[in-house]
Amino acid sequence: MSILEQSAFNIAQKVQHGELSAVEVLEAALERIEAVDGRPGTLDYGELTEEDKAKVHAFLTLTADRARQQADEVDSRVKAGNWVGPLAGVPVTVKDIFCVRDTPSTAASRILANFTAPYTATAVERLEVAGALTLGKVNLDEFTYGSSTESSAFQPSTRNPWNTFRVPGGSSGGSTASVAAGEALLSLGTDTAGSIRQPAAFCGVVGLKPTYGRVSRYGLIAFGSSLDCPGPVARNVRDAALMLSVMAGADRRDSTAAIVPVPDYLESLEQGVKGMRVGLSPDYMRITFPDPRTGDLVQRDLPDEIRDATLHAAEILANQGAEIVEDVPMPNTAYGIPAYFVISRVEAASNLHRYDGVKFGYRTKNDFRDLSEMYRKTRAEGFGLQPKLRILMGMYVSAAQYSEQYYARALRVRSLIRSDFDIAFDPEGAYRVDALLTPTTPTTAFKMADVYGDSVLMQYADQLTVPANHAGVPGISVPGGIASDGLPIGIQFLAPDFAEETLFQLGHTFEQATADADWRQLKPQVLK
Amino acid sequence: MKHYLTLPDQMEQLMTEEITPELFERLVELAAFAFDPEEAEYLRRELNKQLKAIHQLEAVPLEADVPLASHGVTYTPQTRAALREDVWESCDNPDEILKQAPQVKDGYIIVPDIPHTKLD
Repeated sequence: MSILEQSAFNIAQKVQHGELSAVEVLEAALERIEAVDGRPGTLDYGELTEEDKAKVHAFLTLTADRARQQADEVDSRVKAGNWVGPLAGVPVTVKDIFCVRDTPSTAASRILANFTAPYTATAVERLEVAGALTLGKVNLDEFTYGSSTESSAFQPSTRNPWNTFRVPGGSSGGSTASVAAGEALLSLGTDTAGSIRQPAAFCGVVGLKPTYGRVSRYGLIAFGSSLDCPGPVARNVRDAALMLSVMAGADRRDSTAAIVPVPDYLESLEQGVKGMRVGLSPDYMRITFPDPRTGDLVQRDLPDEIRDATLHAAEILANQGAEIVEDVPMPNTAYGIPAYFVISRVEAASNLHRYDGVKFGYRTKNDFRDLSEMYRKTRAEGFGLQPKLRILMGMYVSAAQYSEQYYARALRVRSLIRSDFDIAFDPEGAYRVDALLTPTTPTTAFKMADVYGDSVLMQYADQLTVPANHAGVPGISVPGGIASDGLPIGIQFLAPDFAEETLFQLGHTFEQATADADWRQLKPQVLK
Repeated sequence: MKHYLTLPDQMEQLMTEEITPELFERLVELAAFAFDPEEAEYLRRELNKQLKAIHQLEAVPLEADVPLASHGVTYTPQTRAALREDVWESCDNPDEILKQAPQVKDGYIIVPDIPHTKLD
């Protein structure tokens, strides 16, 4: 088995015991990047070539020197018999929405293209202390505003390793593609409406949105501050558990990082699912979406393949001893996207006012008369269309005369979405489920350029993932099969606050029980 | 805009034009932007489409006691971080931070002229 086919857990064990050097692992990763990634995204990209269309383009900035230094440090510590961390020698990528000291930290936006972070995000710092090798920063939708990674100001945007004419999903598309293509073993992403789980489903990898407050947001360039969750992307559940155990926990630099003990996620992994109550909800088996012709919202059942993959997973878990609870009502699921259109835009508009050409980032090169004109030109030239849309909408729905109608109503609907979960998970209630099992996405990865530009249809790609962000509860997407179009299908587990252990147990049990399934033997196109 | 709620038969037509060109111009001014006509038309169209989706929330029956949720997860005194002491801490790299500003002089960030009116 080649180095990169091994799990992060196994690689770290071998590096810790001196059976494998961190430098060897790094060289294998750099070789893979060279073979599959193609040119990195840039602002001045010109025409896409045929070769471009066959590559992954996950990276924006490769930090090979930083990773080499880290690998040398790990190897010399092992040689000297000193402690090395639980991620010793494991190559990771970081979504370019996190600040990493002395590296460009762009949010995939022209307005931050020249910004070099003067500090490192807590989550990244913890990965590095644990011995991870930071390969570099990977692409995303501009400021995370999208579900396909196509809205990045840095092109070529990332392509799906399973079929490079399909999107990787988003906004953490660079993260999930880099892991699916074997360029990295782990990646750090963020999830505000599904931005880890949706691309994880599209790219056939594992993606976890932890409970809000489980992982510090310090050093994360903010989008929706009440919704943003940093989380792991990995090739298997054990690796995701390992990564979360390193990153989770309180942080004096983020007052919303909750003071809740971090359990030993790896220890509980093998406990199985016997006696666990797993809920299925009809409200996650249909979708509401705007008719592309009329714009009217219509409701439809999920495609059979997606529904069947989820029901098949339920069957497998039942065979492992879980009790399946059918017909758990989650009646407010369909309101997740409309409420998100309001709440996330208000928070985004508030967070984006800091980009003004004064303190950091882009300033217009054109002439200006005074400060106001400098602001206008800088923001008009620096932001792409998606941030502009979010700012305008956020300002409109939070304006004094409209906020009761829109913002206050959306926040109250958010309470109802939360109460759906409270009722389902209530240990004294009618359903008493330990977790819900749902599809992650309504479709497999769509074709590049098919949805891009339609900001409403694009947002609806997140409708099965966004309720967990409103509610704050954790969710994990794990590969659940391969559809007839040859693309991965993701299944999602959702659990009560801080019950990530449950998600890992369910995901790991499903993984083990399907280890020999035919679809598991299929590999992404770029690895063939 | 409240009249949309009282004129359901005209709702469709009015909602597609909820953000009129005039209202759009006001938002653009408040947000400190400037657009060419093509960009403005795309943005205004998308805003109106998004509002159409947002209006779905009006169908949600909301009892008077449903609270506003600013967060999903409830924080308790045990899980919420205590406020830090309000004490000064040194920064180890002020120059690196200042280096990011487009215009700096003697440790100060320089801004262009601030629009003002001279009072007599």
